[in-house]
Parts: sequence; structure tokens; C-alpha cells
Amino acid sequence: MSESDYPLAADPALEWRGGKRRYDLVRELVLAVLAVTVLAVVASVLFSSPDEKQVTIAQWANAAPVDFVTTALSELDRTSGTAGYGPPYTHTSGASQNIVGSFSLQRLIGVHIPIDSAHDFVLDPLSIAAPSDPPLRSALSAYGSASATQRSTWTAAYGKALAHASVQHGNVVVASGQSGPVGLMMRDLLSQAQSGGLDGALVSAGNLFQTDYTKPLLLLSDGSYLEGLAAKQHLLGNQWGMMNEAGNYPGQAWLWLYTFWYQIKPFSTSANADAQIWAIMALLSLALVSLPLLPGLRSIPRYVPLYRLIWRDYYRQAEANHPQSQSGTVNALSRTPRHNEETND
Amino acid sequence: MSAGSERPTWTARLRGVALASFPPERVLPDDQPVYVASWVYVFGVLTLAALLVVLGSGAVLALGGVAWWHRSRTGHFFNSMHLWSTELFFFFMVIHLWAKFFMAAWRGRRVLTWVTGAVAFLVSVGTAFTGYLSQMNFGSQWIATQAKDGLNSVGIGAYFNVLDLGQMLTWHIVLLPLVLGLLVGGHVLLVRKRGVVPPLPARAPAGDDG
Repeated sequence: MSESDYPLAADPALEWRGGKRRYDLVRELVLAVLAVTVLAVVASVLFSSPDEKQVTIAQWANAAPVDFVTTALSELDRTSGTAGYGPPYTHTSGASQNIVGSFSLQRLIGVHIPIDSAHDFVLDPLSIAAPSDPPLRSALSAYGSASATQRSTWTAAYGKALAHASVQHGNVVVASGQSGPVGLMMRDLLSQAQSGGLDGALVSAGNLFQTDYTKPLLLLSDGSYLEGLAAKQHLLGNQWGMMNEAGNYPGQAWLWLYTFWYQIKPFSTSANADAQIWAIMALLSLALVSLPLLPGLRSIPRYVPLYRLIWRDYYRQAEANHPQSQSGTVNALSRTPRHNEETND
Repeated sequence: MSAGSERPTWTARLRGVALASFPPERVLPDDQPVYVASWVYVFGVLTLAALLVVLGSGAVLALGGVAWWHRSRTGHFFNSMHLWSTELFFFFMVIHLWAKFFMAAWRGRRVLTWVTGAVAFLVSVGTAFTGYLSQMNFGSQWIATQAKDGLNSVGIGAYFNVLDLGQMLTWHIVLLPLVLGLLVGGHVLLVRKRGVVPPLPARAPAGDDG
């Protein structure tokens, strides 16, 4: 190979005038597809893929009836996580997360998926069974016509009694007190949930075909049963959960940086952690995309000699062909046109 | 009216622009500069190959339907193929990305090549994420209930509802693959148009690698 085949400082903006080698791009792609296919087939045969069965509300209500009823009560008296969530579900004052200061995109965009936890999770599903169930119909009627103060008194009394509840044959046994119709409503809702009726009631909105699971998933996430199962699989937020997968499978490892922020202060204790971390990740993503335009960052490769390793054969040949470069490298480089450095594309 | 005096059709103009920008010998050359001789170059084509396997296994899953893989051993096998090819895709892509960073591969009017690649990486993250949401099992349930908080906190959740399986599935199998395909196609064409970036000067002086 001649000197001109291995220039010491080629202008990257110009057509390459140095040496060339035979290279079959199509063959390389075909071989790569075959190699990846073989690797994927081998991994699939050896390791398969996780398919942890979904959790239904029926499963939750049967396995942890007290947790289910406690959650249902919090939906009825609007003290649950969803009831006080803020946008996009509720108009709860002060519930939105701020990115910086009092600036909140969540509040700015507002409520687009309105949820009324009492109606959506308790009263509406119960009303499905009410026409054929006179005691339930009376209970719903009494609850509906009561004042807000009266309702609060009933739910508070039931909540107090629930703390001492026991479970007998899958039923939650609560001491009768001043809970009015709430006891019967909770008993019937638990029964509806255990039979699987609530799973259907929460996704049906007058249509046969359903694809939106917002309501059942919000109800499940308000309870502690789903979270308990996730904790056993090391999937909680403080367990790097977003990037993990159930079982011993690799998950979304590429989310490591996003998940990392949740593990450290101030984000691990901040009420605005989600919004702040999203803002940070948006800035970092923008930096990644525009990296060639960022002075300083774009120069890092010059100071990290990894490029010498990648192109070691080229440099060995180029420096062998230009013996004067060992002492005259700077002179050779000084002839590099400055427009090499242009970033315009 | 003679044919010579007619204005060129839009089709002819498009053909002219396409051939001028991407002459066939440049798009599919059978040689490369001598410096294209490192194992690190393999990771670009491996990323592309893994993407093709991801699309292929995903297409088989789509043929069977969204719940097929839960009740069929064949379906489960193709779900496993989809998972492992996705893992390989990200593994190869991240190595490719870091390698291109340390090669300062944006030099010489190749900024757009870098930008399309970096955006393709971000879109890939979103595509994989919607795939995890479309599994219809405990994993997708848990990821959806956790991820909603981040998306809701910046207002995205109002329009991109991770608890809506139908919406997420559509994003996963139609919208995002379409965007990713266009980005990757554009990225590869730009690589072919500009050529593989040559090595940094043999003894790189201090400077700014724009």
C-alpha cells in the first residue's frame, strides 16, 4: 500500500481518496441476520420467556378480602390514591407534581381521563346488581339520599370496625356498628369481586369489545395486594423495578439511568420526583441527540484514546508509511483543513 | 407540443433527486475505505439484523393475535424470540452508539447521521416499553401501574394512557415501528451517502471535534 492509501489526517468532509478494500455489505447483513436468529433461537430454547399470570380483581378479593374491602372503602369515601391523584384523573387541589417551583405540566394539561372513585369503583358496579337485589337497592338508595356528613359518619364507623375484622370462609366479618348501609354495600361488593363480576363491570361501558383497563388497574394499584406481589419479585421502584422483569429474566436494562434517579436523594424522598426525573431525562436525551453541537462534550473522543484502538491497524500502517510523522506529526496535522471541524450537515 | 418542451413531471424530478443523492453504487458499494477494518463496525449491522429478527418475530405474534402466545407453545416460543432479539438489539445498539461516540462519527457533515441514530435509540426505548405494556400478564400490569405516575407527572399520560391496552398495542405494533423504520432507513441511507467517517488524525491535537 502506498502513502496515499493511508493519509495521516483525512478530511472527513471530503470524499475518501485513500485506499479501499473489498467489502460485501449484503453478505455481512445476511450473515448477521443468521447469527442473531441462531442466538435468539438458542436463548429461547434454553431460557424461554416470563409469563407471570395476570392478577384479577377476583383473585385479589379472594386472596386478601380485608385489603380489598379496605381499598373499596377508601374509594367510596374518596380517600384512596386514585381519588386524590390529581390530573389526568381528578381535580384534586395541590395534587399535581411540579417540575420546578410551581410550574406543573400535569396541572397545565389537566383532567382528561376523569375518575370518580366512589361512583366508578363502588356505586356504579353495585347498581348493576341492585335491580334484582332489594336489600342492596335500599342500601344504595339510603346512601345516595344521605348528606355528605352522614355518609362520612357511616364510612368512618365502618373503617374503624374494619380494623378489627376477621375473615370467615372468604367473607370479611365486621362488628355491626353505626355504619348504616355501608356494611351491606361492602359485603355485596366483595361478593361481586370474588365472583369475577367486578372485573367485568369495571371494563364494560356499554360496549361488547373492551381494550381499556384504566379502571381495574387503578383499583388494583390502590390496594396493597398487587404491590406485595411485586415486592416479592423485586419490582418496586426502590428495587430498580422499572428495569426489572419477573423471575430471573433481563428486563428493560436500557432504562437504568431513568431508574437510577429514583434510588438517590433528593428524588427518593421528593413529592415531585416523577416530574423532576422526567425533566432531567428529557434534557439528557436532548443532549444525546445534539451531542455533536455541544462544545466540550463533542471533544471527549479526542482525549480518550479508544479511537486509537478501533483504528489501530490503520494508524500502524499510516505511521509506518509516514516515518517523519513520529517527529513531524504536528506539522502533518497542521495541514488538516479547518473546515474538517464544521458541524453543519 | 413537442416532448422536449414539456415541464418535467414530479415523478421525474423525484427520480432525479433520488439518483443524484443516492446513486446505486454509493448505496450498495462493493468496497469500503481501508480503515473499515475493526470488529466494532460489526455492531452496526448486528443492530440492523437484530431489528429485522424483532420485526419478524413480532409479525408472527401479530398473526396469532395479542393473546395467542399465552395459550400456545409455538406462540410462547415466538414471544421468547421477540424478547431475546430485543435484548440483543439493545445490546448491539448501545455498543454501536458508544463506539460511534468515541470515533466522533459526526465529523464531516455527519451530524444528521448521529441525530437520526440517537433519535432511533430513544424511539426504540419507547417501542420496547409499549411492548412490555402489551404482554397481558403480571409484568404488563405492574409496569403500567408504575409507569403511569412518571407520564402523568408531565402531562403525557393524559394522551398516552399506559393503562389502555388497546392504545399501547397500537403504538407498539403500528406507530412506533413505522417511525423507527423510517429513522433507521434514513440513518442507513445517510451512512451510505456520507460514507463511513475516516479516522481521527493519527496524533489528534487538542481541539474541538465538531
